[in-house]
Amino acid sequence: MNKRLKALASLLANVALTLLGLAIITFLIGRVMPVDPVLAAVGDNAPHEVVERIRAEMGLDQPLIVQFFRYLGQVFHGDFGVSILTKNAVTTDIARFFPATIELATAALILSMLIGVPVGVWAAVRQGSWIDQTIRVICLAGHSIPVFVLALLALYVFYYLFGITPGPGRQSVIYQDMVPQITGFLTIDSLLEGDYDAFWDALRHMAQPVFVLAYFSMAYITRMTRAFMLDAMRGEYVITARAKGLALRTVIWRHAFPNVSVQLVTVLALTYSGLLSGSVVTETVYSWPGLGQYLTTSLKNADMNPVVGATLLIGAICVGLNLIADLLYRQLDPRVR
Amino acid sequence: MSSAFTREWLLDETPASRAQAAWGRRYRAWLDLKENPLAMIGFTIILIAVVLAILAPMLATHDPGAQDLANKLARPSSAHWFGTDELGRDVYSRILYGGRITLGMVISVVVLVAPLGLLVGCVAGYAGGVVDQALMRVTDVFLAFPRLILALAFVAVLQPGIESAILAIALTAWPPYARLARAETLTIRNSDYIAACRLTGASGWRIVTRHVAPLCVPSLVVRVTLDMSSIIITAASLGFLGMGAQPPSPEWGAMIATGKDYLYTHWWVPAIPCTAILLTSLAFNFLGDGLRDVLDPKQS
Repeated sequence: MNKRLKALASLLANVALTLLGLAIITFLIGRVMPVDPVLAAVGDNAPHEVVERIRAEMGLDQPLIVQFFRYLGQVFHGDFGVSILTKNAVTTDIARFFPATIELATAALILSMLIGVPVGVWAAVRQGSWIDQTIRVICLAGHSIPVFVLALLALYVFYYLFGITPGPGRQSVIYQDMVPQITGFLTIDSLLEGDYDAFWDALRHMAQPVFVLAYFSMAYITRMTRAFMLDAMRGEYVITARAKGLALRTVIWRHAFPNVSVQLVTVLALTYSGLLSGSVVTETVYSWPGLGQYLTTSLKNADMNPVVGATLLIGAICVGLNLIADLLYRQLDPRVR
Repeated sequence: MSSAFTREWLLDETPASRAQAAWGRRYRAWLDLKENPLAMIGFTIILIAVVLAILAPMLATHDPGAQDLANKLARPSSAHWFGTDELGRDVYSRILYGGRITLGMVISVVVLVAPLGLLVGCVAGYAGGVVDQALMRVTDVFLAFPRLILALAFVAVLQPGIESAILAIALTAWPPYARLARAETLTIRNSDYIAACRLTGASGWRIVTRHVAPLCVPSLVVRVTLDMSSIIITAASLGFLGMGAQPPSPEWGAMIATGKDYLYTHWWVPAIPCTAILLTSLAFNFLGDGLRDVLDPKQS
């Protein structure tokens, strides 16, 4: 027991250190940029005294270390300053844009899990066959195709040529502002409102970006599942189960897969962080009003407060996901206890 | 002694010199690789891409920057093999020159990143203790960010451009190499021949650079090859988002960024750079996958 607590403490200490590192990097990104934040605020032609006064007001005349601790304090209060572009507090903006990204990434994760895990198991069971080879090539293609290339292809084929999916955007114009923001997830909000047409519309708009985004993670999950499964199938307990005459199906799903599923937890956490970065590109192609689009528009306008806020948020989420995966792994796998 | 580089010399079971043993090992790996059709397809495409990029000035039919507004958005024809873009520039020539940029970026990133990751990983793994802890915490921080997001933020600090894109990708790409090299070092560290080196009085630095690091190279090579496509994709994504190579440059991602406006009317304008990216990155993945089977069988 004591040993477990000690391991947990060192894990949490590592997480805290990583978070501190994230804060340092984002601080450096926000402060060491070539654009002087004071000049950005007052303009190039402001008189020297004004510049100096504003610099003192913004605390930028203090030593870097003092500035860093001030920055840490602000972060803990959820204060990332104001976006020059939207004139809102960065936190408000993020709260408004982030649900759209989460909705996209979560749907993509569920989809890639539903397809990737069974396909990976299938490839492992039929190792070396043409099925395995085909799956391998499809996965390699998934690793090779940039999200925006796939997105443009999908738009051309399914929207322009066949017209079976709607174009870019999160909902059709007629439903714009019809669904009140409750959770920020359009699908859930429209269901809560009982507006099934709006729900259907939101789903149709999600179809393309979700599939496009899911392809890469699907390839990743498939490959990892296959590797884990091959490993598990070599286990003596699997041979025993086969030898005593159990059906292959039972051996796979009852004996081998439960062990694999524990390892897959870690993979899913990694996948989600990949989906968050993939969504940055997907959102630009599909004009999806999420965090990724917010980040890229801010970047193009050298609006650093939102950049720092969004980067730190995504970094912190990834650290959090890894921590959860670690804890789950410890809980689910008795061997690590 | 038979003459060098014949089949018999390479496959000799009792090599007479260190060079013969090394080349023999490489030749056997090559023979294994030749058996893998996907890897050979990848290898061929990469070879063609490299040749096309090197010979771009000779093979290009037009100046990649020359505009011809009277003849903009032309369909592929005998005059313009891949058509022309929105400013009447020859897409075929631009693709060739874009290949130079893309391959140049990939090579620069790898040259920056692989030695750095190797060194950090080997030092951390061999030294252990506080050094190891400190270096691994630093890699953890960099690994915590999704690669593209961190690269975007770095580029914003450095001003968009090819050089900043290279630097930003390099800054985000080294931690996995360090991790890999560290893991390898940990298994090598306690072996007998390292102990023997230590007994002869070799310094820690000498052991790391001469005896530990070379053994980490094969798995690092596999990782680099598999990583190339991810570097290509990140570089193209930066260009596509307008944070990498800037528009007049024929970088493939930037070409797609401007070409995407003509997707529904002149589909070949974005489609051709898309195909170029897809083919190169697929080729690197095919080759990397095959190399992993040959050099690192325990991982496949």
